[in-house]
Amino acid sequence: MSKKKLRLGFEGKEKTVDVQVPDGTPDPWGTDAKLDVVGKDHTRVDGVLKVTGRAKYSYDVHPEAMIFAKLLRSPHAHARVVRVDLSRAKALKGVLYTEGQEGTVVHYPGQHVAGVAAETEEILDDALRLIHVEYEVLPHVVTVDAARAEGAPPVLERRNKNVFRERGRGDGDLDATEAAHKQADVVLERTYTTQIQTHSALETHGCVCEWKDGELTIWASTQGTFSVRDSMARALDVPQKKVRTITEHMGGGFGAKFGIRYWDRFCAKAAQMTGRPVRYLLDRKEEHLVGGNRPDSRQVCKFSAKKDGTLMGADVRSWGTAGTSARAAGVFNPGIYKFRATYKETYNVLTNTTEGRAFRAPRYPQGVFALEGMLDEIAEEIGMDPLELRKKNDVHSVRLAQYEVGAKQIGWERRNERPGSGKGPLKRGIGMASGLWHHTGRRGSAVRCRVDREGSVTLSNGAQDIGTGTRTILAVLGAEELGLQPQDITVRLGNTDDPPGPASGGSTTASTLGPAARDAAWQAKQVIREAVADARGGDAGKLDFKRGKVVGAPKDLSFQQACGLLGEAVETLGRWHKGRNYPRFEEKVAGCQFAEVEVDVETGHVQVLKIVAVQDCGRVIDPLLARSQINGGVIQGLSYALYEDRVMDPGTGDMLNANLLDYKIAGSREMPEIVSIPFTVSNGINSVGMSGLGEPPTVPTAGAIANAVHNAIGARVRSLPITPDRVLQALGVI
Amino acid sequence: MAEDRNRVSRRDVLRGAGAAAFLGSIAPALQAQAKAKVAKGIARGGPGAVEVGFTINGERRKLSIEPRVTLLDALRDRLELTGTKRVCDRGSCGACTVWVDGKTCNACMMLAIDAQGAVVTTIEGLANGDRLHPIQDAFIREDALQCGFCTPGMIMSCAALHERKLRENMDSSAAPYRLSLEEVKEAISGNLCRCGTYTHIFSACLGVGR
Repeated sequence: MSKKKLRLGFEGKEKTVDVQVPDGTPDPWGTDAKLDVVGKDHTRVDGVLKVTGRAKYSYDVHPEAMIFAKLLRSPHAHARVVRVDLSRAKALKGVLYTEGQEGTVVHYPGQHVAGVAAETEEILDDALRLIHVEYEVLPHVVTVDAARAEGAPPVLERRNKNVFRERGRGDGDLDATEAAHKQADVVLERTYTTQIQTHSALETHGCVCEWKDGELTIWASTQGTFSVRDSMARALDVPQKKVRTITEHMGGGFGAKFGIRYWDRFCAKAAQMTGRPVRYLLDRKEEHLVGGNRPDSRQVCKFSAKKDGTLMGADVRSWGTAGTSARAAGVFNPGIYKFRATYKETYNVLTNTTEGRAFRAPRYPQGVFALEGMLDEIAEEIGMDPLELRKKNDVHSVRLAQYEVGAKQIGWERRNERPGSGKGPLKRGIGMASGLWHHTGRRGSAVRCRVDREGSVTLSNGAQDIGTGTRTILAVLGAEELGLQPQDITVRLGNTDDPPGPASGGSTTASTLGPAARDAAWQAKQVIREAVADARGGDAGKLDFKRGKVVGAPKDLSFQQACGLLGEAVETLGRWHKGRNYPRFEEKVAGCQFAEVEVDVETGHVQVLKIVAVQDCGRVIDPLLARSQINGGVIQGLSYALYEDRVMDPGTGDMLNANLLDYKIAGSREMPEIVSIPFTVSNGINSVGMSGLGEPPTVPTAGAIANAVHNAIGARVRSLPITPDRVLQALGVI
Repeated sequence: MAEDRNRVSRRDVLRGAGAAAFLGSIAPALQAQAKAKVAKGIARGGPGAVEVGFTINGERRKLSIEPRVTLLDALRDRLELTGTKRVCDRGSCGACTVWVDGKTCNACMMLAIDAQGAVVTTIEGLANGDRLHPIQDAFIREDALQCGFCTPGMIMSCAALHERKLRENMDSSAAPYRLSLEEVKEAISGNLCRCGTYTHIFSACLGVGR
């Protein structure tokens, strides 16, 4: 360990802290770090592969003699599978494997009841049609209201109720909250609701499985190559070393693709039984039905404040459904702002619908939508500027600075002082909301750096790049240490034969692997330094790697020449180091967004004109990619705010819009101007000072848009999505 | 979609099948279309495999496939051209956009047998050897992609707009053309992206041709 000074913070607000740097690791970068490659725009290292169609995704893999698998799914939300007749399917030429789930009970529409593997997808379709299933239909509930109703049928036979209280940290203190309400000048009680959103990654779930010599290779569309390997090994009862996951490129996950699901097991089993590679990738309807979703919410809020804007009490009771799972339907709030006291009761409600899954910032967008709506309502009630109210109750130094940046960029002073006061039928409004996320990074991951005597550099890790740009970020960090450019570095990801890496959840992949990549490249640099000093003299510690050169020896060398002095190729293993020795500048990452909308008060149509997103993610490694990711969070948030809604039919229990026409996702025509501002903060935490960026930028969007709609029309829509009918209802027109 | 009215697209078949269930009156129309196909000498038959031939990315290819196989599946599973993606398989997302006889087309909405004799261009055929199409370059430069799954379809739509603009401008002058944001939005209004790359796609397109 050696003691170092580290400068943390951001322009205008910096502080110096002492850190203990473990031996054999690079010094952490502070605000004063002089960096050549990090922090500049770099295009994706896999850009050419992706624009030419040469990038191989899991379902582009086509091993020789591959066959196809598919599951037959229940049309009923709740039914006993009395009989599954596979005989006609089995008799069909080209059908190689079948199975049925006779005697089971299905608990949601789309649950599998039989499966087939066949020579072609066309034979597969025929075979599924030839399976006869006899169901005993049972009573179902597919909405929270129906499941909570008196006398509602239980969703799961083994549980006699549908509503479960979820307890956790942050439940707060009811007495203190009631007392705070009593001391307040205004107390508001409002109910906010949010809908169910399906992940709808363009690449659906699924995999290709191939057995060779008792070893299984799974090309999976996954956010967790290692979790697929480990859970498949467990499911099949084979050692982990006999299973390999490959995910070279991945068509989006957003939280729905961790571990294995039933179809993966079926695929592996069919491959084992037939001795042929098998592919199963879900079709779009299956993806909507069983792929995953963000639970809905009904949030009954009681908030109070003093006339001067001091926030007093926040009491939130929420109900939501994660389908057949009695967990994870809670919401995040209040959290961002300082209240005297808070209290929460969260209820998970079972319904006969597919299980909810983690979805980009699970719990946050829905909770923040209600929280930010309540803040705006309080501001209006006490006659205070909504931004001033936030500033008064926010203690996060980064977000306080971001408010200024965002307000200036959107032109906050242009907002309607009196909401809805614009002239004519097209009314404009401006609103804002805040977000936060956690600093991330996980132990147990490693990046290998290999530098050979010709000077080619490869960084490798077995985790996946789900489209966020992890591959490029590792190349940038490796290039920085070795004085090269990102395109000089080969980054190999997505094969579990390489060193372990994290699952892409919690915005943690880049922030775990980035520091590990830097560590690995830095170690390799030490070896090259020694080799140069041995051969050419000079002080190894003073050799500098800049712009493809090694300088500081009696004579400058190119990086390749320096590597030529190595006795053999260098291989190092870099790790993410735990944060104990790197104090944080702030405990959480901060963000805020400002939205401008135009609402047609005659039709109820909302068009978002502009969004300004100011987002902290620690040190920004590649601003071009960071802007892409912030745009992505904003656009998904906009789509959630205005369009997306899984519609379940209470009568039949089926999903009514399990396709990409009726399940509306924002397209080009719905796009506003987006100003994404990555806000660099030297945060400490690890040797790079970086945090994740996947989730935080989608947290505030819906709240900001909803508040802008209110500012435009002077009426509040407290339900997502903000559809024209809801706007007209809020206006009292219908 | 190709403009040749004699072709029976998958959408027509689906629509026809749905309507037939209610009306029972569509059959003559389908028969007429089928007759037209025979008249053009297009392979008829099925349900077994039939022969079909077309030009893909400049190369003549022949296939023996069932008539119900879409152009998309033929490309992906029979010809190993996997750059074209299957996402919705119902013409609502544009991920499978290819060019058929120079026009953009959702490959999932066209039967492979209807591409008999056609000239098909896929994402793999857009670059000229190692020289990328200007739209491909622009996508990289502006980072108009994230996971990359919608990217091939997006690029085929944007490149089609670019090529059309070049053709329109060829006679008037050699000067570069100008696109409006509206034109770009229109060109990709049938292409869905889930990562949220639209705004970078706009800048990529607007930057080409200036």
